[in-house]
Amino acid sequence: MGLYRALLRLYPASFRGEYRDELCAVFAERRRRTSGVGPVAVLWLDAIRDVFVNAARVHADILRQDLRYARRSLTRTPGFALTAVLVIALGIGANSAVFSLTDQVFLRPLPYADSDRLVKVWENVPGYTRMETSAPNFVDWRRMSRSFTAMGAFQGLSRNLVGGTEPRLLEGATVDANVLRMLGVPPRLGRLFTDEDDRPGAPATVVLSYALWRSEFSGRADVLGTRLRLDGTEHLVIGVMPPAFMFPTRTVQMWTPLQLDLAEDTDRDNNYLHVLARLKPEMSLEAAQAEMNIVTERLERDYPKENLRTRATVHSLRDQVPAQNRLMLVGLAGASFCVLLIACTNLASLLLTRVLRRRKELAMRTALGAGRERLVRQLLTESLVLALLGGLLGVAVAIVAVPLLARLVPPTLPVAEATAVDLRVWIFAAIATLATGLGFGVVPAVRVASDRDLSGLREGSRGGAGGRTERLRALLVSAEVAASIVLLISAGLLIRALWRVQAVDPGFYTAGVAAVQTPLPREKYAATGRRVDLYSRILSDVRALPGVTSAAYISSLPMVLRGGIWPVEVEGASTVPDDLRGQRAASLRYVTPGFFSTLQIPLGQGRDISESDAQNAPGVAVISESFARRYWPGQDPLGKRFTFAFLPRTVVGVVGDIRVRGLERESEPQVYLSYQQVPDGAIRFYVPKELVVRSSTEAIALLPAVRAIIRKTDPELPISAARTLQDVVDADTASRVTQLRVLAAFAALSLLLAGIGLHGLLSFAVSQRVPEISLRMALGARGRDVLALVLGQTLLLAVAGAIIGMALAYAAGRWMQGLLFGIQPGDLVTFSTAAGVALLMTISGSLLPALRAVRVDPATVLRSE
Amino acid sequence: MTFKTEEIDELLPLPPATFHILIALAEEDRHGYAIILKVAARTGGATQLSAGTLYRSIQRMQEQGLIVETRDRPAPEEDDERRRYYRVTPFGLAVARAEARRLTQMVRLARACGLAPERI
Repeated sequence: MGLYRALLRLYPASFRGEYRDELCAVFAERRRRTSGVGPVAVLWLDAIRDVFVNAARVHADILRQDLRYARRSLTRTPGFALTAVLVIALGIGANSAVFSLTDQVFLRPLPYADSDRLVKVWENVPGYTRMETSAPNFVDWRRMSRSFTAMGAFQGLSRNLVGGTEPRLLEGATVDANVLRMLGVPPRLGRLFTDEDDRPGAPATVVLSYALWRSEFSGRADVLGTRLRLDGTEHLVIGVMPPAFMFPTRTVQMWTPLQLDLAEDTDRDNNYLHVLARLKPEMSLEAAQAEMNIVTERLERDYPKENLRTRATVHSLRDQVPAQNRLMLVGLAGASFCVLLIACTNLASLLLTRVLRRRKELAMRTALGAGRERLVRQLLTESLVLALLGGLLGVAVAIVAVPLLARLVPPTLPVAEATAVDLRVWIFAAIATLATGLGFGVVPAVRVASDRDLSGLREGSRGGAGGRTERLRALLVSAEVAASIVLLISAGLLIRALWRVQAVDPGFYTAGVAAVQTPLPREKYAATGRRVDLYSRILSDVRALPGVTSAAYISSLPMVLRGGIWPVEVEGASTVPDDLRGQRAASLRYVTPGFFSTLQIPLGQGRDISESDAQNAPGVAVISESFARRYWPGQDPLGKRFTFAFLPRTVVGVVGDIRVRGLERESEPQVYLSYQQVPDGAIRFYVPKELVVRSSTEAIALLPAVRAIIRKTDPELPISAARTLQDVVDADTASRVTQLRVLAAFAALSLLLAGIGLHGLLSFAVSQRVPEISLRMALGARGRDVLALVLGQTLLLAVAGAIIGMALAYAAGRWMQGLLFGIQPGDLVTFSTAAGVALLMTISGSLLPALRAVRVDPATVLRSE
Repeated sequence: MTFKTEEIDELLPLPPATFHILIALAEEDRHGYAIILKVAARTGGATQLSAGTLYRSIQRMQEQGLIVETRDRPAPEEDDERRRYYRVTPFGLAVARAEARRLTQMVRLARACGLAPERI
């Protein structure tokens, strides 16, 4: 019998309370009339099945009733229902959107086989922790290490596709035969590269991305065996990758074999290879790292000059998110969680008011025999219905919001930029919805449940509604104020940081400058003479355009190419100690005459690069002030000599420093060389390809004319980017701006919610205290006193919340100091502004109820009492 | 006593268990187990109401006003104080009648199509 009683616990308490004895009696009766092991077993099985089936049905009956009831009670108060659903939708939407982003960037496995075994191996020298390596070092790493099942090298390499209506630049990567095989993704069509394809001198082959196959070959199945003309060389198409495949970044459209030629490529200082490896199954990242330390120590002994203090670091392929992006995303996740928390708090507070307003109704239902459990259940059903509606709308919000966050996905990761709202996000939203529904539903429900004989609900017990409930609501409102202060201050600190970043002088002027990227086909323009001819034709035509004041070519724009550094060897007794190998580097750029005047980089001493610095003339260099300071402090740098990019150079000019690595980072000193002194067929990567044009008119208006000139000069020259220089600088802070917009929206939202919360609390408090206020007024209290009475309490709550919020905000500020660009986490301006805004919010939230309190007419109220 | 037809129609068709319980209670007030026995006897053992089905039905029927719990107890020697007795309400009878009428019409329809024997 005890067992049967235990079984009955499956029924809802209300049903059990009503019928337990009866059910037990029936079962006992049946049991009495049954004998024999078989029949008794059947009786038990029957009973168990019966309880399970009917308990579920009774629960469903109650749910149906509650849902019907919830629908009726919510449609009776559409304003409340709508507010609640919207608030939840925003909370869930914000969290789902941020989740889909963080999932993409941090959680989801990369789209390769066994992707957690894939690692990148970087060269590590003082000053640069993640640097590409050289071909000889890579080959030695591969030969000497035992931790990996395979190791391969690759390099990003874009090529011009010629043959269509207009030449265009295809973003690609050259990979050794190991790389694609290691990733473990089979091609959709054809095959991957073999060792034979990768041999130096082997016929040129190419594997296409799915997107390129669709766009260039309309997805034709017979594409294999056709030829693609890339930079003047016919490449045989041997394979097509599946749609979701991307490597090393999402924008790569094709892969060609690396064909490393070790007989030619012997320079251990020429760092250009990325290294991918797959860990052996039993090998840990740490063990691989330890082995690479031993390997690189040996290489340092073998090649003490080139490999001085050169080590290798092993990082998981997943772990390629820059620290700043990481901070931003985690910060946003925290902020969206704050929003949800505030939404929940607010709803709990709203529902609590609602419960108190419905005292009469709930008391009536209790009187009619509804148990406490049924009331709690009813309230929870209502809040879950609200949460569900809000959750559905929230996913819609997320679908709209996700593309807006795409800029926060770092381009260094092989993950799609446009994160999709997929099953994982739906599951997240469902969990968040459930948690929200229970989270804010549970407060009023517990309130009802813990209320002894519902005295607080009984009609006329006006003081009873205060007390604990009031304190609970006060706590909720303070929490809201605190959370919104945290968001407000975080957003404020980041705005100040953004302003400071944007105020950084990049070292050049952007106004009126347009920049057009024209990558030169490799074979056609291998000879320096041909390039010189091309540049001078384009530049003379561009300079002749109306409004154009100057134009020039450079290898790469600052902030577009952030690296591009080269080791410096200064002649004679160097003042720079040997052990600072990493510091003895400078950014290398080749320029045509007029580059400095086009970007208005001040020429401090000496002269610009000139047309007479020709291919066979002595090597010259224009250096930045920091270069001069570092190598020849206190001396006249003009005429000094150093070796750079294979050749001896003589300093002919000194210009101002520019922010090559972006506004937020210190850059290496800069060296500019003559565009005519790029050695034939070498250093191809640095061949000038960015055309910069300064005009006295709007820069953007120039672009069509510049395009026309390029097309006319060489129809096979693709234009891979055309924008203003200001766009380039703006892109440097774009992810900051995006993050800030989101955070500011969150802060505004939370402020609004906190305002609503305060308003709700105060309205209710005032309506509860009308008799008391009337009495005071009848006894001579003036409007001012009443106002002080009502507002005093709210202010106290707001101040308490604000103090807690500020403490938390300070902690948050310290945590994200890496993003603050020198703004102190306790920045006084931000804190006082936030305090002011919060005060404003408090006052506007309490104004209406306070006025209502003042307008109380004591005579009317007291008569009705 | 008359009842609004909409009120009755809203409950039709009745779930079989409900109809059985109404029929069982039509003759006299019964307690739960007696209802189970009566239904079983009436149907020749074909319908065995389980305890769960019975009390779930009873709960709903009470809410719908088809039956009430009665305070009248049988003679003390037959009584067991743990037992609760149920009585059909006039509304319950009206609903049962309406259901019977509905079923009769259904049978008539079936018969007209040759789907049922001429006489039951």
